[in-house]
Amino acid sequence: MALKSRGKEKELESRMVRKLTVGDHLVNAFIMFIFGLFMIACIFPFYYIFINTISDNSLVITGRINLLPRGIHFSNYTKVLTLKELPHATFISVMRTLLGTLFTLICASFPAYCFSRQEYWHRTIFYRFVIITMYFSAGVIPIFLTYRMLHIYDNFLVYILPCCVTPFNLILVKTYIESLPASLEESAEIDGAGYIVRFTSIVIPLCKPILATIAVFSAVGQWNNWMDTVLYTKDKRLQSLQYVLYRYLKEANTLAEIARENPEAMAETDPSTLLSPLTVKYTVCIVTIVPVLLVYPFFQRYFVKGMMIGAVKG
Amino acid sequence: MAVRTKRKKTPRDQAGFRLFLLSLPFLVGIFVFSYLPLTGWVYSFFNYKPGKALLDCEFVGWKWFIAPFSNPVLRGQFARVMSNTLGINLLYMATMIFPMFFAMFLMEIPFTGYRKLVQTLTTIPNFISWVLAYAAFFALFSTEGLLNNLLVGANLLKTPVNFLMNADHMWLKMLAYHLWKGLGWGAIIYISAITSIDQEIYEAVAIDGAGRFQKMWYITMPHLMPTFFVMLILQIGNIINNGIDQYLVFSNAMTQDAIEVLDLYVYRYGLQQGNISYATAVGMWKSLVSVILVLIGNNLSKKIRGSSIF
Repeated sequence: MALKSRGKEKELESRMVRKLTVGDHLVNAFIMFIFGLFMIACIFPFYYIFINTISDNSLVITGRINLLPRGIHFSNYTKVLTLKELPHATFISVMRTLLGTLFTLICASFPAYCFSRQEYWHRTIFYRFVIITMYFSAGVIPIFLTYRMLHIYDNFLVYILPCCVTPFNLILVKTYIESLPASLEESAEIDGAGYIVRFTSIVIPLCKPILATIAVFSAVGQWNNWMDTVLYTKDKRLQSLQYVLYRYLKEANTLAEIARENPEAMAETDPSTLLSPLTVKYTVCIVTIVPVLLVYPFFQRYFVKGMMIGAVKG
Repeated sequence: MAVRTKRKKTPRDQAGFRLFLLSLPFLVGIFVFSYLPLTGWVYSFFNYKPGKALLDCEFVGWKWFIAPFSNPVLRGQFARVMSNTLGINLLYMATMIFPMFFAMFLMEIPFTGYRKLVQTLTTIPNFISWVLAYAAFFALFSTEGLLNNLLVGANLLKTPVNFLMNADHMWLKMLAYHLWKGLGWGAIIYISAITSIDQEIYEAVAIDGAGRFQKMWYITMPHLMPTFFVMLILQIGNIINNGIDQYLVFSNAMTQDAIEVLDLYVYRYGLQQGNISYATAVGMWKSLVSVILVLIGNNLSKKIRGSSIF
């Protein structure tokens, strides 16, 4: 039975000697049922939040939307996205994702290329200097003090610049470059191309698979990161969507503040579309999770690969 | 580089130096963001007050390092925080075998489509932030959440209860949230290990009359154990490392004492209450112990990998 599930299904099926017994079917059904429950536990909360954002708001506030949406409308989304701080928070989230990912890629790939060259000046020493940063951290408070000293505390750059420390990604790219045939680069070297030209025109195109993996992981990481907002910023204008959602969920008075700052959004006579604190929370939650879900099917094919490279590297 | 002797600079050496210069901005970045913060450790030797220059502050030596053990108030706090940290992390370690079982039983499902679906949907929680994970549990368990809707609707509860404010069994709840988020993702490495097991072994034992569970027990599990042990040993380095996110989102007035872990404690003392020097000293204790544990883990893993995989 176990055989069937492990790839090459068709071929093995024809070779199966023993017939399935009732007991086998029961065990299969039971396993599938348990996994079904866990699957529902993983996904149902978001389905529940989603149906509550598109249902009649007067039913939502009295807690009557539990399994199916009723009185479907989308005005929550149009209204929430015009609340004063949300367009800006979305902008911050998008910008830090784009710039942070780009910077991570540059800082993982170019130094990796440099270190892959044997002639690098005191290669072992400098490579160790970089790699050893994986094993220690100064801790939250000293990092905070350093950022303040460098004037990137409470500055948008605090989301981007620390991405230059990516020893793990650097190892991945370096290993990948070293696995490429050296002859490709040598031919360009003989033609007299310098390091930068060789890097951009030969190495980068060949490294696309590994760079794509890193890009996808770092983009999701950037989009999801809100701890740096908590630790290293004060300015409201630096708050990303994640952090705004955190505030809405944790601080009861922020929603009263929204109502005060956006009287027009809350002034609604029709109870079915009237924004309540709860619908604002739920709607922002869906807005925050959708980008991750959109890229998810696309990057699902990367993560086994990403994880395996990591495991092989050790 | 190994054959480098005191000779004249060759073009190769010059090229190597050029490479160094090209990557210099990156090396400076590494220095600034990884090494420079280490200088912040000097704050732990002073009685630093925010807003003052460090040199105007009183030098107190090892006072803050001893404080968590000598000062009775701090000692109480520190003991509580350490028991939370170790308790929660030991629970995590004890359940590290779960992803392995998850993978083994998942691969027993004979329908590829269903298997793929389970894998896809159970991995999603790993890719959302703890804020979104909290939002999910908020939607289920808060005063206005689903559970209260159902209980009040069925007249089992008169007034809604905020289950997130309840501090009972907090360690187990944190474990449950942790598993909810990480189980599917953790299983991936075992799933790919299972697919790489030679099919002929299963065919051979099938001829010998092995049933489904015997195959799992005698073939699949022994193949997965090395991976499991490596993961377990690498986790040793993280035993006092929790990160802040998960604990920050679930902490509130009621639950705070039961889930305050070391990282959160440092954050509260240092950044919220402004006791920079004490928080730095506690953080340094943590860094020191972490580095030692990482080294122990690495050594153990080398031994285990060297002896048991091949």
